[in-house]
Amino acid sequence: MAIRLSVENISKSFGARKVITDLSFTIAAPGALGIIGRNGSGKTTLLKLLCHLYRPTRGQIEMMRDDNEIKREDFFYHIKMVSPELALYQMLTGLENLRFFATVSGVEFSRPVLEETLDRVGLTGRGNDRVETYSAGMKQRLKYALSLLTSPPVLLLDEPTANLDDTGRKIAFEIMRQQREKRILVIATNEPEDLQNIEQIINLDN
Amino acid sequence: MNRSSTWITKAAAVFTKDLRCELRTRYSLTTLAMFAFTTLVVVSFSVGQGGLSPRVQAALFWIIVFFSAMSSLAGAFVKEEDTGTAQTLRLYASAPVVYAGKLLFNMLLLFLLSLLVTPLYIIFMNITQVNWAILAAVIALGVVGLAGATTIIGAIVAQAGVRGALLAVLSFPVLLPLLVLAINGTTAAFDMSGWTNAIDSIRLLAAYGVIMITASSVLFEFIWNG
Repeated sequence: MAIRLSVENISKSFGARKVITDLSFTIAAPGALGIIGRNGSGKTTLLKLLCHLYRPTRGQIEMMRDDNEIKREDFFYHIKMVSPELALYQMLTGLENLRFFATVSGVEFSRPVLEETLDRVGLTGRGNDRVETYSAGMKQRLKYALSLLTSPPVLLLDEPTANLDDTGRKIAFEIMRQQREKRILVIATNEPEDLQNIEQIINLDN
Repeated sequence: MNRSSTWITKAAAVFTKDLRCELRTRYSLTTLAMFAFTTLVVVSFSVGQGGLSPRVQAALFWIIVFFSAMSSLAGAFVKEEDTGTAQTLRLYASAPVVYAGKLLFNMLLLFLLSLLVTPLYIIFMNITQVNWAILAAVIALGVVGLAGATTIIGAIVAQAGVRGALLAVLSFPVLLPLLVLAINGTTAAFDMSGWTNAIDSIRLLAAYGVIMITASSVLFEFIWNG
């Protein structure tokens, strides 16, 4: 299954303020793309455009699978994002969040699989605690657990090591390595360490 | 990628998630119950013993249900937008699944509301004769139509920057036909005039519910995905 993500001359404005102007690139699996730029340069906006949370003011974003275009309504099956801006349900436990998002995205799972996924991100024994009791780093780990569970063809990471301790960073780097070796990884960050082994980098300041 | 869950399983997951969150916060249930009970008590103390006509009694009943519903039904979407979970949900669930789950949740809230309000209203307003079959049919269909309309309008309101009383303002013209029909049907239940007088209202209420839910399920994708 060869997945390709194409961005053609996209621009995004919020009112009179232009955030992204005439940006084009293509990335195919397996591969990785880094996005850098000062604060407010549009890194998160670009990621949200890629996963269709925002509509571009101009231009188009296409995802192809084996040269067949993936329809907009099916986009969400193929692309997922981990970002401090995307919230989880505070009143649900970690396991309930995983179970809910896995169900609505059509992923088959069992309780042992969910628990094993939590183990992989270092949340062993915390699955039955409500997310409101989690620290920022634990919430970030739970979002990674969600990405592991759904294993999307395209994974977008916004500030991937934000809020994470050393162990959390190691887990995040391992997830990044696995993703870019088999599928597509897009990272928006200002941390040089997050961009190790990524050759294709877009600087939004230019 | 496995997509084994059926559409119904996914919609049920959205419904269960909302129900579970609601049972843990009780925000909507408390607001609905308190608003309904307060209005009910005020209405019954001020005009309850006044020998009102069945038509006025029916109108007051639906005014209580309408404004109680407005007090919290938009919450299903507003909370998602305010807490930042709406964007996460957009990444994982399709629009029809979200709409169906939220619609079911709003229907449940309204059924619970009518279960609370109806017996208390009949007792407080000293209504001695009721055709229960007509009343149950009118309330059931009224709840379906009301939930259909408030779910889609709640989704529109959640996208707006300034929300305030927007749900009540937007809902009023959309819900006016439903309220008139529900009042006519409830009048027939209170004045014991029988099915002959109620059947037209009941049929039109059923048609309203079907049209509203069908149209909303088509429109929802455009509202949800922006």
